[in-house]
Amino acid sequence: MNWQAVRSIYVFEMARFFRTLMQSFISPVISTSLYFVVFGAAIGSRIDQVDGVSYGAFIVPGLIMLSVMTQAISNASFGIYFPKFIGTIYELLSAPVNFLEIVIGYVGAAATKALFIGVVILATSALFVDLQIQYPFAMIAFMLLTCVSFALFGFIIGIWAQNFEQLQLIPLLIVTPLVFLGGSFYSISMLPPIWQTITLFNPVVYLISGFRWAFFGMADVPIGLSLLAIAGFTALCLIAVWRIFKTGWRIRK
Amino acid sequence: MAAILSVRDLVKRYDGGFEALSGVTLDIEKGEILALLGPNGAGKTTLISTICGITEGTSGSVTVGGHDIVNGYRDSRRMIGLVPQEINLEPFERVINTVRFSRGLFGKPKNDAYLEKVLRELSLWDKKDSRIMELSGGMKRRVLIAKALSHEPEVLFLDEPTAGVDVELRKDMWKIVAGLKASGTTIILTTHYIEEAEAIADRIGVIAKGELLLVEEKQALLTRMGQKQLQIDLTTAIEAVPDALAAYKLELVDTGRALLYSYDTRGERTGITSLLADLASAGLTMRDLQTKQSSLEDIFVGLVAGDAA
Repeated sequence: MNWQAVRSIYVFEMARFFRTLMQSFISPVISTSLYFVVFGAAIGSRIDQVDGVSYGAFIVPGLIMLSVMTQAISNASFGIYFPKFIGTIYELLSAPVNFLEIVIGYVGAAATKALFIGVVILATSALFVDLQIQYPFAMIAFMLLTCVSFALFGFIIGIWAQNFEQLQLIPLLIVTPLVFLGGSFYSISMLPPIWQTITLFNPVVYLISGFRWAFFGMADVPIGLSLLAIAGFTALCLIAVWRIFKTGWRIRK
Repeated sequence: MAAILSVRDLVKRYDGGFEALSGVTLDIEKGEILALLGPNGAGKTTLISTICGITEGTSGSVTVGGHDIVNGYRDSRRMIGLVPQEINLEPFERVINTVRFSRGLFGKPKNDAYLEKVLRELSLWDKKDSRIMELSGGMKRRVLIAKALSHEPEVLFLDEPTAGVDVELRKDMWKIVAGLKASGTTIILTTHYIEEAEAIADRIGVIAKGELLLVEEKQALLTRMGQKQLQIDLTTAIEAVPDALAAYKLELVDTGRALLYSYDTRGERTGITSLLADLASAGLTMRDLQTKQSSLEDIFVGLVAGDAA
């Protein structure tokens, strides 16, 4: 392994993040606060409790997941798309590195950024609601896995995209709806039976459910299934990335 | 001398069937400067890109320092520095960071003293904290060279280093190349400026339509292919070359005031003596004589047109 290269990519990518640290920090704080004002205070005051948890607290895991997923995707996809766009990818292709080193560098940096934002949102939430985390280690593990797997997914999007529109297409058209319909703001049990069944085809449901379980000890789907889902998704993305580098698809002429 | 870079029957065929390289074989010796000369689309960049790993060859093999570029890509690529043709740089990055990045990417531990030396040699040191976008075009090109040198490569590829730069900078670039050669770096540069190859290369390869037409010592090439021209200035202008001199295939130039005679320096007889004698008997008097060695450019044009050996 060329760890020197992994480190260089990671440091270089993080530098971009630190250049825009204030934006990276302030925007999630503001948007989380807004969610709490709208869902927590305005709507939540009429909902009372979901499964024995105050509505304000109930939406925290979903809110974190929402941001972590979109941030991981956008950071990772931009991270690899930009060198393609401006042509600096030549250096990556001519360097003594293999696909794993490139992926660890880029995906690691994107996941770190997403994790940072997840933690910021968690801290902001604690200002609004009384939060208890029943299984802190499971919570951290779930958040980490989500950061990594969605950064991987974003990395694939970044390689696939041939223009800036395509870069936005999948996050906007697929990921955001899936997250919103994945039980971020409600429990699956609140849906009519037919929708409960349909929802089970949404992979994001398993992630949010598992993450919520780490907070409150209750879940829409069994926790084992959640773990399986995220492990499966990570594996799928890894295989895809491995294939991409093996064939040189959209990166090597 | 041992070849540091060895290319064997390299073919690159694109999916559409276009053959960018059709069986290139080439050996490059340690410490030399080889100029690859060829028109646009000849396959120069494809050759470099394949050696460096940016494109994959269809068949054939390449070794750098004995390491195969496919099976031993880590070792082969570590030895190579590449300066691409296009200015591909991250506009918001600072010079020193992008150079550090390159060094690390090639697996070398941090060494700011070495990077300082490189940046100073390229007159970039006082720009080290500037953002790339603040630099002029010439400076950006130097940054590309600094990046390529950041990991102390033994073989340096310069893909049209002076395309679109002014004369001043071109001369600067040649000086840099000469300095690198002096420090033992092997340099392969592509260019379509013949004077560039003539000025700095030890050997010259001519490439056209994906084929390497020849590789030769620059001087040998000039001598071997060299045609000389003798210009005879006449005291009085004539309207046509006299029939008596038809065998010499003379060219009438300068509105009839001068005759051009082309001859091969390799020949036993150049034919000059008899020409001068015949000239006198044809009743022409000469005012002056001059000879001119043909340049690489003439050779090149001849080769690419396909009528030379």
